[in-house]
Amino acid sequence: MVRVSFRVNGEPVEFDVKPSELLINTLREKLGLTSVRYGCGIGECGNCTVLVNGEPVLACLTLTVDVDGCEVLTVEGLSKSELTRVQKAFIEEGAVQCGYCTPAFILMAEYLVRSKPEPSIDDVREYLKGVLCRCTGYVNIFKAVLKASGSGRGRERVDKG
Amino acid sequence: MYRLPEYDYYKPGNLEEALKLLDKLGDARILAGGTDLILDMKTGRYKPRSVIDIGGLKELKYIIDTGEALRIGALTTIQELVDFPIVHSKTPLLWEAAIRFAYWQIRNMATIGGNLCNASPAADTAPPLLVYNAVVKAASLSGERYIPIGDFFLGPRHVSLGRSELLVEVIVPYKSLEKYGSAYAKIGRRRGHDISVVAAAAAIRVEDGLIADARVALNSIAPTPVRARSVEKYLVGRRPGIEVFREASKLVSSDVSPITDVRAPAEYRLHAAMVLVEDLLLESYKRAFRGGQE
Repeated sequence: MVRVSFRVNGEPVEFDVKPSELLINTLREKLGLTSVRYGCGIGECGNCTVLVNGEPVLACLTLTVDVDGCEVLTVEGLSKSELTRVQKAFIEEGAVQCGYCTPAFILMAEYLVRSKPEPSIDDVREYLKGVLCRCTGYVNIFKAVLKASGSGRGRERVDKG
Repeated sequence: MYRLPEYDYYKPGNLEEALKLLDKLGDARILAGGTDLILDMKTGRYKPRSVIDIGGLKELKYIIDTGEALRIGALTTIQELVDFPIVHSKTPLLWEAAIRFAYWQIRNMATIGGNLCNASPAADTAPPLLVYNAVVKAASLSGERYIPIGDFFLGPRHVSLGRSELLVEVIVPYKSLEKYGSAYAKIGRRRGHDISVVAAAAAIRVEDGLIADARVALNSIAPTPVRARSVEKYLVGRRPGIEVFREASKLVSSDVSPITDVRAPAEYRLHAAMVLVEDLLLESYKRAFRGGQE
């Protein structure tokens, strides 16, 4: 067992974990953060995306021992009271079908909104391409992300793109 | 549901500790970004007794411009290659391979050293590095050793590192390529984030109207990423032009041995490789003509 301490959604946590424990299992099973979705388990679908020190990584390919001292963010930690712009835009644009991939898309969208002002539709595709939606509801997701990123003309721009 | 097997886990605090562990343990697997090793352990390809996690070794994370070459620390992530402006300006082929590499989350985790040591025939950073005649630096307790990238890959998942050697740096000489035009392209099943069906990098130098040197490298079309030596040999001394490039590209077939797998049949791979090489030679020539890489 290895002792690890890190922060999850702003709160400090400490565990003794096996060196083979994956971050996705720590987050889901020990902390109940079920927004971190298990999809393929082999780095193809992106549904287990979380932000570690602000950067998106896959929780299904990350050992828990490797986030020792880091700051981990999941969708649960995005907003304490009010929804974020991205979350609101997803609701307004109906960018959800079965909802399984939604947390990963929200986190990638938050990452995009923070790091790339005024993104083009191609930028949005580039940021989101590592998350797969099997309902294939990508169009509304792109609209929502463009809307949240401040263009306010999301619908128009996606239809042209 | 995949499960990770149990293993003895070691997390060295510095390079020297890592080399000592490697020397002592012998059959250990090195964990860098984890995007290959973790999934290979999940699927049962590797069942190592020990794992040495070098992910925390900050001293292996750097990009230095020596004026002749970029010296890239083995733990530099693919996203860092994308983000460092000198990678874009000095080694544009490597930058292009980096930006076409998988997707954001994977690029944040995967390292250049891991991409090379995993030695997948489809290694994305390999074709550019082969064209730059890159050299990798291996370290062990008994010292350092420099290995030309062309001698580094021995077969699928097999590299010319001793059991106690660690790849610590990739040296990419760009100065010698300044008078070349160069180009890179990758074909996958889809534009998104697929593993390459075939990818290639090319560079051409023209002197007095004749091709003075040509370098062509491909991945996913032989047991290792390869240089297309027959193509290169054919080109040198000839007058550049579409016909010459087309003839040269046909010779790819004698440099490669494509296989059929889930991503593409061998015939398609070979055909795609020839088309890609022809296109890249033409593009490289145009860029050489206009004066330099883009």
